[in-house]
Amino acid sequence: MEALVDISRLQFAFTALIHFLFVPLTLGLSLILVVMESLYVKTGKQIYKDMTKFWGKLFAINFAMGVVTGLTMEFQFGSNWAYYSHYVGDIFGVALAIEGLMAFFLESTFIGLFFFAWDKLSKKQHLMVTVLVALGSNLSALWILIANGWMQHPVGTFFNPETMRMELESFSELLFNPMAQVKFLHTLSAGYITGAVFVMGISAWYLLKGRDMEFAKRSFLIGAAVGSVVSLTVVMLGDESGYHVAEYQPEKMAAIEAIWETEPAPAPFTAIGVIDEEAGETRYGIHIPMALGLIATRSLDGEVPGIKELVEANEKRIHSGLLAYQYLPAMRDKTATDAQRQVFNAHVNDLGYALLLKKYNENPIDATQAQINMAAEDTIPRVAPMFWAFRVMVAIGGFLVLLMFYALVASYRGSAWNNKWLLKVSLWAIPLPFIGVEVGWFVAEFGRQPWTVYGILPTHLSTSSLDVGMVQNSLIAFVVMYSLLFVVELYLMFKYARLGPSALHTGHYHFENGGV
Amino acid sequence: MWDYDTLRLIWWALVALLLLGYAIMDGFDLGVGALLPFVAKTDMDRRILINAIGPTWEGNQVWLVLGLGAIFAAWPAIYATAFSGMYVALLVMLFALFLRPVGFDYRSKLASPVWRSVWDYALFLGGAVPAFVMGVAFGNLLLGVPFHFDETFRSFYTGGLVDLLNPFSLLVGLVSLSMLVMHGGTFLLIKTEGHLQYRALKATRFFALMTIVLFMLAGYFLVYDVEGYRVISEIDHLAPSTPFALTVEREVGAWMNNFDVYPWMWLAPFLGVAGALLVSFLGDKKPTLSWVASGLSVAGIASTAGLAMFPFVLPSSTHPSQSLLMWNATSSQQTLWLMLIATAIFIPMIVAYTSWVFKVLKGKITEEHIEKTTFTSY
Ligand code: HDD
Ligand code: HEM
Ligand code: HEM
Repeated sequence: MEALVDISRLQFAFTALIHFLFVPLTLGLSLILVVMESLYVKTGKQIYKDMTKFWGKLFAINFAMGVVTGLTMEFQFGSNWAYYSHYVGDIFGVALAIEGLMAFFLESTFIGLFFFAWDKLSKKQHLMVTVLVALGSNLSALWILIANGWMQHPVGTFFNPETMRMELESFSELLFNPMAQVKFLHTLSAGYITGAVFVMGISAWYLLKGRDMEFAKRSFLIGAAVGSVVSLTVVMLGDESGYHVAEYQPEKMAAIEAIWETEPAPAPFTAIGVIDEEAGETRYGIHIPMALGLIATRSLDGEVPGIKELVEANEKRIHSGLLAYQYLPAMRDKTATDAQRQVFNAHVNDLGYALLLKKYNENPIDATQAQINMAAEDTIPRVAPMFWAFRVMVAIGGFLVLLMFYALVASYRGSAWNNKWLLKVSLWAIPLPFIGVEVGWFVAEFGRQPWTVYGILPTHLSTSSLDVGMVQNSLIAFVVMYSLLFVVELYLMFKYARLGPSALHTGHYHFENGGV
Repeated sequence: MWDYDTLRLIWWALVALLLLGYAIMDGFDLGVGALLPFVAKTDMDRRILINAIGPTWEGNQVWLVLGLGAIFAAWPAIYATAFSGMYVALLVMLFALFLRPVGFDYRSKLASPVWRSVWDYALFLGGAVPAFVMGVAFGNLLLGVPFHFDETFRSFYTGGLVDLLNPFSLLVGLVSLSMLVMHGGTFLLIKTEGHLQYRALKATRFFALMTIVLFMLAGYFLVYDVEGYRVISEIDHLAPSTPFALTVEREVGAWMNNFDVYPWMWLAPFLGVAGALLVSFLGDKKPTLSWVASGLSVAGIASTAGLAMFPFVLPSSTHPSQSLLMWNATSSQQTLWLMLIATAIFIPMIVAYTSWVFKVLKGKITEEHIEKTTFTSY
């Protein structure tokens, strides 16, 4: 059982993280293509059309992999997380299906026209097609993050004991879930900044090589302009995400900030330190007084609960959940007395906490106090990986704000083009947003453990009843297949990035004019 | 909000409609993929075939993504049980589908003949394998799948890998492959000319004939050999979705019951055969009509299986009383209603803009066209 859960998680983490290598660039480049093509329609200058077409080529290479890896996600809930799918399909399925109806169709239908209908459409019509592709990818992010937001902070739903699953109560609550809103905006900005850095970095390389200068300067400037705006929103909404995490997922917050014990308000912030999970303390920590209280609660008197207190509180919730759990069969079979029904309804919100015990005891009712304590300990994600992953993300965020504004000002003044240092940093910054989004998801998802749906469905119950060997083999197959395709993708990406706008064969660019 | 039973019935029809949408709209893309190495020999020929479907296959494939999403939302227990039960079959299909987005997009980005021919075979697999595996999966639904639930409604699949590969299901796999290849062939009649169109015509006629023969053969087994399922207890159409309360009987030929009770259902197999006949009759004389006829044939054949099984969706061969029906495996009334509204709003929009896109892209793909756009075409 444990082995099955671990291997299923590994497979999910692998496939999801790979999907999210391609998604942010799709989001970011689609926005930038809209900007470039709008400039073309407005000014009528050929160079903007060439820019749209060239960056569109790189977009296409990336997009194909986005679809390849996205398909897996669509199959995977049913194939590997069957109990999860049964338990929350009533809600999660809705968001996923609407994503198909509203977003994927739009994006995938118009993407063909984007590439193949330059001669068949008027300028404005073609711009509209590009806008619809970008709109599709943004809507896709919206719906999947509404789905994910609900897993992080389940609202608008209730447990139905007769069908043994969660059911939808209020669609509008699901839609306007504050967690989903910030998640959407933060992730979207992260995607935009990925696109911006990508365009800037590659343009910087042309500038360093001294080729296709006009093309590269304009691209760089667009990247810097888009990037400056969104680097701010990434950080602002990251802060907002932190605020919501503190409110709805105190366990995750405690792990991110390594708050072992509740400190008197306003709590200090630990910038860095050495985490000792065994002892439950942070050594050699560098503390900034009052900062955590301000960030997490936005007040001087709000407390940020520490791990020890949270474990105690969750132990109580397990006991409470057991009160509901004992009448679950009676509720399911509609044989519960009125008194039993009342107890059940009073404690059903803690039912998930009782389910945590299933990891240690087939029948939670018989669980010993020691088992209950272990389950309560489980409600805190591991601290060190969370602490460090979060700091990597924040450091990248801070760095990108500085880079973007410096680049924007410098390219506005015209000093950027000879600033070798700036151009090199821009080039080498290309991987940073990718690292940022990956560790960001790690913080969000690993920090949600031990839950698949926060407070409701433990991860170890969510899997399918599959043979471990079968999942092992499928994981190996995914790793092999994705690695092969990824290598091919990178090869083409590098090849076309090196070729630059000469790839368009317009006759105007570097390699067509004898450049080497 | 409409009544629960009405919504359940509508959702059965809607899921069927979305899956038919996939079979008809992406079916011909799969078929063209499967025909690629046989109909087109030179690089130019292959590029013509690939570009015939290149700009639109991506949108067409979303019918699959949407179909899966709709099953997840409307029939969560079925999504969960079928996908985990048929794990290996599903992954084979998934891995084959991987080859298409990259195949289309990457193939013509380099000029090397080896590179291109590798992707040609990838595109062949990406077309043929899903077409076949989908049929095999359908065959297994008709036979019933070995699964059961525990009291927390967790599903357990107890069959082995090879169980899925039984002769009847393989036959249904061939029906599916052959009808989609026929459908791909008729699309090529519209999009190509000259020797390519001629070869496509030969393939189309051959596979139209095969489709009729294999479909009849599968029908023969369905009537005289396969044990169908029948619910003999009263079904409460309004009951909460739980898989336990049925009495189910198995009998050879039971899948034909619906056709006895509702003779109009014979329309489906009739369309399946008549459509294919019409295809070989119309040929390249009226390519667009041929395509419509093969679409009708595909719809007829797929609906035959769906109608035969009604109200079953996923019968259990080991615990027939726990079979999943379109009555007892749906999501809540609220969710079905909400999804109905979303579908009613968006499907007409999708149909409208898809038609517009096809209109913009209409016309044959010729050698001159590929030569002129050699750096931008697939
Ligand atoms: C370029 C990428 C990037 C950058 C620079 C940042 N983030 Fe981020 N972050 C993401 C990309 C990301 C993400 C991939 O978009 C995540 C993962 C899940 C999600 O919703 O967004 C995320 C999640 C995420 C979460 C967890 C939300 C949850 O658990 O649901 C928090 C608290 C922050 N971020 C906070 C920040 C702060 C304070 C930043 C900078 C000062 C920051 N992020 C920069
Ligand atoms: C884990 C759940 C997810 C599932 C089931 C999923 C599913 C899919 C599928 C099926 C596709 C291909 C669509 C097509 O055929 O056109 C796809 C692509 C895409 N997905 Fe995901 N996805 C998931 C996570 C995410 C997240 C978290 C985001 C955004 C924040 C996202 C954004 C996109 C975008 C923008 C595309 C377009 C293609 C591309 O990215 O290159 N997906 N996804
Ligand atoms: C595409 C972006 C995403 C990435 C990169 C991502 C990342 C991860 C990672 C790293 C894990 C493993 C955590 C662990 O167990 O150690 C995980 C688990 C999981 N995530 Fe996500 N996630 C993404 C989107 C989503 C979305 C959109 C959903 C659902 C809406 C989702 C649902 C899950 C589930 C069901 C698991 C498995 C159970 C678990 O371990 O929690 N993920 N994801």
